[in-house]
Amino acid sequence: MAVIMNRRLLRTIVSNALVASIAGLTLVPLVWMVTVSFMPRGESSHFPPPFWPSRWSWENYHELLVRRLIDGAWFDYRIMPALWNSLGIALAATVLGLLLTVPAGYAFAKLRFTGRERLLRLLIAALVVPTQVAMLPLFLAFKELGLVNSYAGVILPGLAAIFAILFVRQTVLGIPDEMIDAARLDGAGEVRIFVSIVLPLLMPITVTLAVFLFLASWNDFLWPLIVLSDQHRYTLPVAVAAIAREHAGDGELMMAAAVVTTVPVLLLFLALQRYYVSGLLGGSIKG
Amino acid sequence: MTRQERAAWLFVAPVLAIILLVLVLPALLALALAVTDYSIYALADLSALRFIGLGNFTDLFGTPLFWRALGNTALFALFGVPMAIGSSLAAALLLDEATVRWKPLWRVVLFAPYVTSVVAAAVVWQFLLNTRFGLLNYGLGLIGIGPVDWLGNPRASIPAILIFVTWKIFGYNMIVFSAALSAVPHDLMEAARLDGASRWERFRHVTLPAIGPTLLLAAVMSVAGFVQLFAEPYVMTMGGPSQSTVTVLYFMFDEGFKWWNLGQASAVALILFAIILLLTVVQTRIGRRYEWL
Repeated sequence: MAVIMNRRLLRTIVSNALVASIAGLTLVPLVWMVTVSFMPRGESSHFPPPFWPSRWSWENYHELLVRRLIDGAWFDYRIMPALWNSLGIALAATVLGLLLTVPAGYAFAKLRFTGRERLLRLLIAALVVPTQVAMLPLFLAFKELGLVNSYAGVILPGLAAIFAILFVRQTVLGIPDEMIDAARLDGAGEVRIFVSIVLPLLMPITVTLAVFLFLASWNDFLWPLIVLSDQHRYTLPVAVAAIAREHAGDGELMMAAAVVTTVPVLLLFLALQRYYVSGLLGGSIKG
Repeated sequence: MTRQERAAWLFVAPVLAIILLVLVLPALLALALAVTDYSIYALADLSALRFIGLGNFTDLFGTPLFWRALGNTALFALFGVPMAIGSSLAAALLLDEATVRWKPLWRVVLFAPYVTSVVAAAVVWQFLLNTRFGLLNYGLGLIGIGPVDWLGNPRASIPAILIFVTWKIFGYNMIVFSAALSAVPHDLMEAARLDGASRWERFRHVTLPAIGPTLLLAAVMSVAGFVQLFAEPYVMTMGGPSQSTVTVLYFMFDEGFKWWNLGQASAVALILFAIILLLTVVQTRIGRRYEWL
């Protein structure tokens, strides 16, 4: 009996230690990013590489974020404007994405209309088209329409979120028809049924979807890089990539830029991780 | 048209219109663009545009850098997919152990890199992979492995980027696999245990068939993901050293938006599409043969 207990104890210790060390290793780059961003300039370029700042300093953030006068000309890295651009674009993409895809997902699941099944099959087929194929003609079309270098130009392609429609449809299929039919018998209009009966039931997955859409927009890189040429319109990833290609040597400064780009979404993810992870798990695991 | 039908169109029409305008139509136009010599001259004056048939494709097949990009992308996918799927599965299996505590916490921690921006994370890893002052070489030095010039040596650059990408994305499939593992039939597992099946036999004959479809779907998505690598080489190596990390998409971006050869770039995009489609079909066939689907 004692032997069995010991084997079980040993296994508990080994498996937990293993998980903890993998989690620790996974966190090292993120923690290191934060600590280096607070190091005085040049401190990270030493051997052995320091993990902790000798003195916590805000100078990298100051240099990165504050506009200052150099030789009579204003200079800044345009990170603050990029932060606001990213925030505005991601919020708009999220709100518009939800407005477009949640009703559509509901309609594909519960409303009868001619051509529904055929449209659904077409949507699933369209999933295999990589967005990069559409980018070049889209760039030329946007150039004609004056959408190049505009926020609308950045946001529009992301609104064709087929996966979001299918995701909502999958959840709506689980709502019993009787609930909707009962409301119909009571004389409620279709829009009213959607808003006051279906939408409250969809709240959890709407939050999940909102996080998905926000992160996708915030982290998007290739399309904003293509469509934005004016530095004042850059989103954070585009601005950070531009600085990284010029200031590759300034470790502490680049880490501060990485912190500004990643920490907002990491916090958002932590706050809403319950929704995000459960959305991925499809509700199959509790806790 | 019934009331229900009217409401349905009200709900689906806006998003369908956007999908048509920003995805379907441009994708069809890409076919047209690929058979023209659309370049910086046509950008200035459309009358300079000529139809050149398959000229862009024959040009590409005669361009060494295009072949190099195809080869590099193949290497990324060939090693990256097993690396990413393997680490996701290993992490999911470990988290599935009954003895592991605080599972929700570990799940969030292991998933965290996935939500970071590729660009910002690539910047961080550029410094982690630094030959002299990087943490990775420091760690390797502690166990007696000499400094590797990760991003400066053409033979190390692909492994370096793969280590970064695996770190960044393994959490996603780990969660997906966790969901699949929780659906593995319990009584079947017990029966196998009572029959004296070893740990490996149980994994091979009970777990693997149960998660097969999920595994296949993850493989299909990962292949598509690795074939579309762009931001990592763009930020970390600019395609170098000696073009060892130029990927198909990197090549397309340079061709299209650095040299403004949009016709040529469109041909590259279509070839990329064809490759993804082909790989998806092949993988689905293999999946069917082993009755995973």
